Amino acid sequence: MAFSRKDLLGMRDLEVHEIETILDTAESLKEINTRSIKKVPTLRGKTVVHLFYEPSTRTRTSFDIAAKRLSADTYSIATTTSSMVKGETFLDTIKNLEAMRPDVFIIRHSASGTPHRVAQRTPASVINAGDGMHEHPSQALLDMLTIREHKGRLEGLTVLIVGDIAHSRVARSNIWGLTKMGARVVLCGPPTLLPPYVEQLPVTVSLQLAPVLPSADVIMVLRLQRERQGQGLLPSLREYAAYYGIDRKKLAHAKPDVLIMHPGPINRGVEISPDVADGPHSVILDQVTNGVAVRMALLYLLVQRDEPTG
Amino acid sequence: MILRGGRILDPQRRVDRIGDVVIRDGHIHAIAWEPEGVSPSGEARVIDVSGKWVVPAWVDMHVHLREPGEEYKETIATGTAAAVAGGFGAVACMPNTHPVNDCAAVTEFILRRAQELGSCRVYPVAAISKGLKGQELSEFGELREAGAVAVSDDGRPVMNAALMRRALEYSRAFDLVVISHAEDEALSRGGHMHEGLVSTRLGLQGIPAAAEAAMIARDVLLAELTGGRLHIAHVSTEASVWILREAKRRGIAVSCETAPHYFTLTDECVEGFDTVFKVNPPLRTRRDVEAVKEGLADGTIDVIATDHAPHSVLEKDTEFPDAANGVIGLESALPLVLSLIREGVGDPLDILAKVTCNPSRILGIPMGSLQPGFPAHVTVIDPDADVVIDPELFLSKARNCPFRGWSVKGRVVMTLVDGQVRYPFDEEA
Repeated sequence: MAFSRKDLLGMRDLEVHEIETILDTAESLKEINTRSIKKVPTLRGKTVVHLFYEPSTRTRTSFDIAAKRLSADTYSIATTTSSMVKGETFLDTIKNLEAMRPDVFIIRHSASGTPHRVAQRTPASVINAGDGMHEHPSQALLDMLTIREHKGRLEGLTVLIVGDIAHSRVARSNIWGLTKMGARVVLCGPPTLLPPYVEQLPVTVSLQLAPVLPSADVIMVLRLQRERQGQGLLPSLREYAAYYGIDRKKLAHAKPDVLIMHPGPINRGVEISPDVADGPHSVILDQVTNGVAVRMALLYLLVQRDEPTG
Repeated sequence: MILRGGRILDPQRRVDRIGDVVIRDGHIHAIAWEPEGVSPSGEARVIDVSGKWVVPAWVDMHVHLREPGEEYKETIATGTAAAVAGGFGAVACMPNTHPVNDCAAVTEFILRRAQELGSCRVYPVAAISKGLKGQELSEFGELREAGAVAVSDDGRPVMNAALMRRALEYSRAFDLVVISHAEDEALSRGGHMHEGLVSTRLGLQGIPAAAEAAMIARDVLLAELTGGRLHIAHVSTEASVWILREAKRRGIAVSCETAPHYFTLTDECVEGFDTVFKVNPPLRTRRDVEAVKEGLADGTIDVIATDHAPHSVLEKDTEFPDAANGVIGLESALPLVLSLIREGVGDPLDILAKVTCNPSRILGIPMGSLQPGFPAHVTVIDPDADVVIDPELFLSKARNCPFRGWSVKGRVVMTLVDGQVRYPFDEEA
């Protein structure tokens, strides 16, 4: 099925066949990353601009490597080096960059909806690399690719997402993506870290781990920001770790072939214990590897949409 | 001047009949009912308004004119021009200007500018607290004498309950109504839209309905404690309506208003992240919209005001969390208010009362009546005209109208203030 989208803004508006196309494409591109010369000419002459208005190591590097392995020219603009510090607004920055005719903007921004607002006013493709608490679609896609690789499928699986759901764009994107692909999503966390009206999302919610741990095929552990304690959302990180942290003792109640995932960066000893993060169930580094393949697939599909076929 | 053959609707006197309105020397001289009517004397200009509604000029008790200080958004001249274009003969302007209207000099400045450049009557609302800081009361007596008709820290709540208590007490000496922007900032802080399923989907921090309703409950109890006159601005939630309904049932001196966007739009509008829909209080759910309509229907909500809040692209064309709150309303309110009549929320007199005699009574201003002898503040409405709302045609400086492109019914034919045609531009005058 052809991919005709200009932008990749979120999982919520993707169709099942589009998700399948992205995952299949990523799978086929993955092989490039194992070659000794990891570069193909597919996007030669294309310009990719990274706009990261929020700290990021993993996602930015992953997108950059993906673009370079496809031979695109990449430029990186981060908050500290941009005109933002000179008082230029973000949308003005976009207007100016737009005048240089890039093909793709990859945007991370702390304000939910900013990639959408940019996409409405540029003919270039926009990839949302994480906006506020809204969406992080490439993360959800790499998570889904990782699950599919290890489990052979997504349909019928139970994916337990544990932690700070309220503030997590990773959780939101995974909820939309996984449920579209037929997986069952279970959310678990303290009520102060669950989003309002969560029960109206297509998910099951549990306030305790014990009842939902045994049925999970995948446990996705979310990062707990240390600020949540100061914001009055948690009495202490210690109590959080005791009730919601995934450690070996709790894992004893899970399925023997359960997968442990984490979008990073990890707070070892808070949401996940080091032995679990590095243990036999963990596929955390596979996620990172798959991130490059998924982002190559996204760049390829978005940029190639206009190219004449044949 | 004679307005001949219109449907005369005067909510204050519960009049709804066809007749002629005779205006002489800036006043309503007489009203003659059909079939007799009046025979014009030689010099009188006769305007045929058959098929139209002739109503008291509308009163918007909640407007931001932005002058002094933010003239790039709106001025007293452009804001009042927008008002008469929307059928309003008077506006009450909020004190969150720069400088804040917390002293007689600013109140006098506003009134002087309105006198010189205004198209309609302007009634300043002064600040409850000096500088809107929520710490010390402004000088209510001097402000009243200078011409302020109410006090409010609108745009910000009075978070300190003790200060609100003193404001409600002290205001009694000068018969000033205290207008409350009801919002518990501890609950609303950091929020950019209504807290609900839509905010969860969009990943925008929400403002719970309780942030408004809890503050209304507090203020109603303080009104009961003090005997001060309380008016709640921009009611938007179901819980707010039931708290106010109960307060009125208990005989507490409280009135309230809502705005067209709160009985028309929901939080679903924010899908797409268009900042024109960012407003405080935020657009709520369908259920809240229905509750607000019920409050309008049963009289719990006394007034419809626009909370006309002009902003330029500088404040609005930005990331959603950074965008300013507010929508403009003066030039889109009339058809939306009339839609309440068509929907059966109330009969014409009940609904029109909320934009004429009710706000006039609450503010204690001489507006909102067609009684002979009264200054002739009159709006002529074509209730059946098909209109597409086009903000590019607005007289307001601002374009942050959330109803762009809406097909609606109802158009202002003419607005008279003190017997003068102020809209449309009167070539014969």
